[in-house]
Amino acid sequence: MSGESTYNPSNGFTKWMDSRLPILRLAHDSFVDYPTPKNLNYWWTFGGILTFCLVTQIITGIILAMHYTPHVDFAFNSVEHIMRNVNYGWLIRYIHANGASMFFLAVYIHIFRGLYYGSYKAPREVLWILGVIIYLLMMAAAFMGYVLPWGQMSLWGATVITNLFGAIPVVGESVAIWLWGGYSIDNPTLNRFFSLHYLIPFLILGVVILHIWALHVPGNNNPVGISVKSKQDTVPFHPYYTVKDGFALTVFLILFAYFIFFAPNVLGHADNYIQANPLVTPAHIVPEWYLLPFYAILRAVPDKLGGVALMFGAIFILFLLPWLDTSKVRSARYRPLFRQFYALLVLDCLLLGYLGAQPAEGIYIVLARIGTIYYFAHFLVVLPVLGIVEKPKAVPESISEPVLGAQPAE
Amino acid sequence: MMTRFAFKAVLGAAIMALGLSAPAHAAGDAKAPAAMEWSFDGLFGTYDRDALRRGFQVYKEVCASCHSLNQIAFRNLSQAGGPEFSEAEVKAIAREYIVEDGPDDYGDMYERAALPRDKFPSPYPNENAARAANGGAYPPDLSLINKARGGGADYVHALLSGYEDAPEGVEMRPGLYYNPYMAGGKIAMPAPLLEELVEYSDGTPATVEQMSMDVTHFLNWTAEPELEQRKRIGFMVLIYLTIFAGLMFFSMRKIWADLH
Amino acid sequence: MADEHNSAGDETNRRDFLYLATGAFAAIGAANIAWPLIHQMNPDASVKALASIEVDLAAIETGQSITVTWRGKPVFIRRRTEGEIAEARSVAETDMPDPQNDIDRVQKDEWLVMVGICTHLGCVPLGQAGDFNGWFCPCHGSHYDTSGRIRKGPAPKNLEIPSYEFVGDSRIKIG
Repeated sequence: MSGESTYNPSNGFTKWMDSRLPILRLAHDSFVDYPTPKNLNYWWTFGGILTFCLVTQIITGIILAMHYTPHVDFAFNSVEHIMRNVNYGWLIRYIHANGASMFFLAVYIHIFRGLYYGSYKAPREVLWILGVIIYLLMMAAAFMGYVLPWGQMSLWGATVITNLFGAIPVVGESVAIWLWGGYSIDNPTLNRFFSLHYLIPFLILGVVILHIWALHVPGNNNPVGISVKSKQDTVPFHPYYTVKDGFALTVFLILFAYFIFFAPNVLGHADNYIQANPLVTPAHIVPEWYLLPFYAILRAVPDKLGGVALMFGAIFILFLLPWLDTSKVRSARYRPLFRQFYALLVLDCLLLGYLGAQPAEGIYIVLARIGTIYYFAHFLVVLPVLGIVEKPKAVPESISEPVLGAQPAE
Repeated sequence: MMTRFAFKAVLGAAIMALGLSAPAHAAGDAKAPAAMEWSFDGLFGTYDRDALRRGFQVYKEVCASCHSLNQIAFRNLSQAGGPEFSEAEVKAIAREYIVEDGPDDYGDMYERAALPRDKFPSPYPNENAARAANGGAYPPDLSLINKARGGGADYVHALLSGYEDAPEGVEMRPGLYYNPYMAGGKIAMPAPLLEELVEYSDGTPATVEQMSMDVTHFLNWTAEPELEQRKRIGFMVLIYLTIFAGLMFFSMRKIWADLH
Repeated sequence: MADEHNSAGDETNRRDFLYLATGAFAAIGAANIAWPLIHQMNPDASVKALASIEVDLAAIETGQSITVTWRGKPVFIRRRTEGEIAEARSVAETDMPDPQNDIDRVQKDEWLVMVGICTHLGCVPLGQAGDFNGWFCPCHGSHYDTSGRIRKGPAPKNLEIPSYEFVGDSRIKIG
């Protein structure tokens, strides 16, 4: 989308089409001849992997909806019907359930890659913000999807999360009742969650298209973080990155397949194979693993409204990131101090994830508070200050220079 | 350098993903169940047909008096990857059960012998009746029990064979029994298995250990009837992906080699 | 055996083979994942389990019919009178739209078992009606005779005979 189009319609039909709806030109310029920095490493393959995850979730989800019944009396049994009677139903459901985890695994790697290489900095702020929107939509879709099997964790997870809205001053209770369509999570809630769970992936798809558009205007960031200076620095997307993304995707699929076929329930919770019972709460209510860090932040605060505010704040702070980081250097390769703090942030998020699965008591609460404080301090204090006090290492002249330098002539 | 940090992040995420459900499962002060050897574990795991059939016998003669098996139809007993009874055997098994059908031409419900397509009838008409008959405790449906309990088959086996006398100082209310594998140690189900409680048709001695292994084996099948097919397909998928990854890798090397 | 020239050719061949093998492997994978996605829409195990039913005929008097449901479709079971049987056998099949002998449509003369779906566009015909004292489809006016054969109207075929067998003197298994 940036620069001159190199598309050259080769036959009568494509020429005819090109002067009417230049969709082939768009595809060619976006995914074939799109000039891509030639030094992208494997951390950059997760964009392609995420696209694959989204498409997989949509296809398997549409299929599951053909067999699923969104009614409190039938939902649990209809999922078991899928597992037991529908041809390859178990396969499709396990792909969908584990696919959500794989999707989040990939998106976390993708986000932390962006954090490390400064991919959120000018001129890619809009690209980053669109990414955070996608992440938010993913969490909404995943949360509502987890409710649909109508197991114990579905019901009680939904109860806990929707009760968060009750923390809003004055209108909180009305909002919660409005969300439920009743006075607790019940059939109306299940029905609307199913409807929205079906809708959101298509919203994600739309934002993904904007995300790719916003990527193709400035072009990719890259591991050295300096902009493309000449044609020397780039290669056409196809075949160089189609094959590299394809290889990385295949390796990713090995992990994915391992979970589907040999550990399909490891990432889930046993209680969700018990049908929802509004009279009995499970001993421990935990969200899916990918939401645990936020759950830890929520529980770290002794005040209901405060916990909810911090939890949402932890996500919304990402919107401001492009302006909180004051450093002019993008890539952490040339920011020795930033790299230390980055490692700390990664460990902090893992710690919060661990704490989110522990009971909210004793030392766990103390650690969760420390973790929460660092999380916010990283964005609100460390990044703004670091850009001023840190002395970056020398940045190379061009992308080609370090690439050639790294591989001495034979 | 960046690879090291990022690698740590991924590794951490993977450990988190794999390990986190464990602490949440270890509810309360329950004793950790012993890890048993199950033929259905591992990459090539399959069910042991004889164990499944014996386990079915234990379910039928012992568990079924209180526990339903709602997700299972008689026809499932003959499907591939299960106990694999013949269709004639399944018909005979089904005939032993009475199910309600109807309404007939006069609008009345009537009872008839079960057919292979029918599901196992529940011992109680509804949850309230089940609670009333069991001192307020609800005997859970067993179809999914191995998936619905942290610890899976090991837990179910340990619970069934792990009844003990209550230790000194633990007060037992009437109607509760001591079992160290149950969270809290108190369970409303009396020890269900006693030596020689069933007579196995294949002559296997019916010890408590044998019966609890067999019925757990059977209940693992009711929870995961697709297991054999899943692992068989899964193994082929892994082989396919590994070869394909190799092909992609060498194709990538060739394509990128052109660049220089 | 390879001079300069040939080794360059070998290299190209090897590369083409590699790309071809990779492409072929991808195609195999795609085909294999496509099948579960398609097959899931076929009748599932619980539907197939209902594919055969047994019906007790003992209570049906001569001249009476019952309708049972089989695979979600109505099945007419009629205990025909002597007159109906005679009528069905007395006509020449040759000028029927779908010529068929009555003997080929029943296992026991008395018992006519057929799917009660008009072969025109799927409506359910009315019994003991129409110009031939058999069945009449009100949707588009197809007339069937006492053997369920199409005699007049737009339907192209006779009413379908399901596969069934007698499992006792007065008991049949359909499907």
